[in-house]
Amino acid sequence: MSVLVFVEGLNGEIKKSSLEAATYGSQVAQAMGTSATAVAIGDVNEDALARLGEQGISKVLYDADDRLKQFVADAYVKVIAKAAQQENAKVLVFSNSNIGAAVGSKLAVRLNGSLATNVTELPKMDGGNFIVTRGVFSGKAFADVNLTSDVKIIAVKKNSTDITSNAGNTATVEKLSADLTDAEFAAAPKETVMQDTSGGVLLQEAEIVVSGGRGMKGPENWHLIEELAKELGAATACSKPVSDIGWRPHHEHVGQTGITVSPNLYIAAGISGAIQHLAGVNSSKVIVVINKDPEAPFFKAADYGIVGDALEVLPKLIEAAKALDK
Amino acid sequence: MKILVCISNVPDTTSKINFTGDNKNFDKNGVQYVINPWDEYALTRAIELKEAKGGSVTVLNVGEADAEPNIRKALAIGADDAIRVNAHPKDAYFVAQQITAIAKEGGYDMILMGKESIDYNGFQVHNMVGEMMGIPSVTPAFKLDMVDDSTARLEREIEGGKEVVEVKLPFVASAQQPMCEPRIPNMRGIMTARTKPLKVVEPTGAEAKSEYVNYSKPEKKSGVKMIDAENAGEVIKLLRNEAKVL
Ligand SMILES: Cc1cc2nc3c(=O)[nH]c(=O)nc-3n(C[C@H](O)[C@H](O)[C@H](O)COP(=O)(O)OP(=O)(O)OC[C@H]3O[C@@H](n4cnc5c(N)ncnc54)[C@H](O)[C@@H]3O)c2cc1C
Repeated sequence: MSVLVFVEGLNGEIKKSSLEAATYGSQVAQAMGTSATAVAIGDVNEDALARLGEQGISKVLYDADDRLKQFVADAYVKVIAKAAQQENAKVLVFSNSNIGAAVGSKLAVRLNGSLATNVTELPKMDGGNFIVTRGVFSGKAFADVNLTSDVKIIAVKKNSTDITSNAGNTATVEKLSADLTDAEFAAAPKETVMQDTSGGVLLQEAEIVVSGGRGMKGPENWHLIEELAKELGAATACSKPVSDIGWRPHHEHVGQTGITVSPNLYIAAGISGAIQHLAGVNSSKVIVVINKDPEAPFFKAADYGIVGDALEVLPKLIEAAKALDK
Repeated sequence: MKILVCISNVPDTTSKINFTGDNKNFDKNGVQYVINPWDEYALTRAIELKEAKGGSVTVLNVGEADAEPNIRKALAIGADDAIRVNAHPKDAYFVAQQITAIAKEGGYDMILMGKESIDYNGFQVHNMVGEMMGIPSVTPAFKLDMVDDSTARLEREIEGGKEVVEVKLPFVASAQQPMCEPRIPNMRGIMTARTKPLKVVEPTGAEAKSEYVNYSKPEKKSGVKMIDAENAGEVIKLLRNEAKVL
């Protein structure tokens, strides 16, 4: 019996959200008195895999099939199911990403397991129960869910686990082959287009997000958002109307109908704080709101607030950020 | 083309969320229910495809009778008929089993739904249905077009990018913005919806695989600290020294 963690790679490295999943999986394994194995697929180098030992992973199974560099759900499912069987895994841990949650859902059917997505805390195991806490009602509540099947599958909400790193610990890396056939690639993507994140930070993985709303007045002022983000190592985001009018691309839109983020710090400039916007950002640990209207609803959800014109306030933040010792 | 659109009945986003009975149950008191906003994208796109290519749109809800006003609303927006599986939607696995049973019987070319419901935020059902039926599931998709009569082309979001996927019918997809501009019912739609068929069927014997045992709410923020705009740079120091997030 063991705990199996699925790790996703990007440009050879392991995604931060997968390091969180690895940490979570190791902690579950420890509580269960067993070991944690990771299964990795696709675009990740073996050194990075061995370093998963720092998160408490003892063994990594790696399928280096080139066709897996892009996400192919059926093929990924087959590889992970094979690893689960080989390791006799009773708990499978994923990041709650578009890939992790998708593969987890399919595995729940294939392995006849119980699935919880958007999980924020380690399981409570007592009296034969296996109870995890997950975010529900778009960040407005949590639910405790008992996973009743023999196999439990958990997709861990991003940025809810502090990554452990025991320097020097390494995991052994073993090859895994799931004998994939053409059938698993029938719905493979024709094309994968990655955003240009050169120098930037991926919004879904970001620890800090700087976001602008209609109060920014126009795309010509976005250099202020970008400059502050660059100084803080942050990703940039926006409210829905901003992407609807085309000031910013759609993949930056956060909120109920956009991306949900839960960074350590969310800085909102010229955003009113409508409930639909809050739904996507309300689990951020610290929120800073800059708005010229002291009655803006966002201040109620904020930790720090500045009443003023964003176009005048942001340059001051940029200047102060430049002055920080990095 | 026969399209099945799965909708859930969820508390309006602006609702206050409360629990009753020692935090064991969701408190429906005073809560306004709406069609899950993500499902509206699936519904509208299905209607657009039907208008362009012919066929039918059936809406499916796994839920109790109190979902019927929103099922009627979906009919008013333009679906042709509706099915309600008369059961409390216990968990995603249970719901996916019910959808799969209906989908298999109906022989649909496309099964569409929103990427997740805004109440239980699962992001599970579409992939489960795809797996149960042994057909592709493309999620979350923000673009859906037909290439020819038997092939669809979708664009789905992955972290940091997108994938372009072509699949043969039948398939499952979940929708998100900006797939289309969700429609609202017009007067004629509301009138005709009253007489469109809404069939109620009993659930299959499927079991749930998880139990919701307790709810809680996040801790309240301790209140906002205001910083004078003139000294706005101060906030950066507070973020480092007090909040310790920089
Ligand atoms: C079904 C549904 C789903 C939705 N989903 C989303 C979603 O996912 N994400 C989302 O963001 N919205 C969503 N919305 C829209 C949401 O309700 C709000 O309309 C939107 O968030 C407002 O964006 P905003 O704050 O940028 O613009 P506005 O509401 O126009 O607010 C602009 C704010 O900027 C302030 N301001 C103006 N000038 C300045 C200045 N010079 N300096 C500082 N502040 C200034 C104003 O005081 C105001 O508070 C949704 C709405 C619906 C109905």
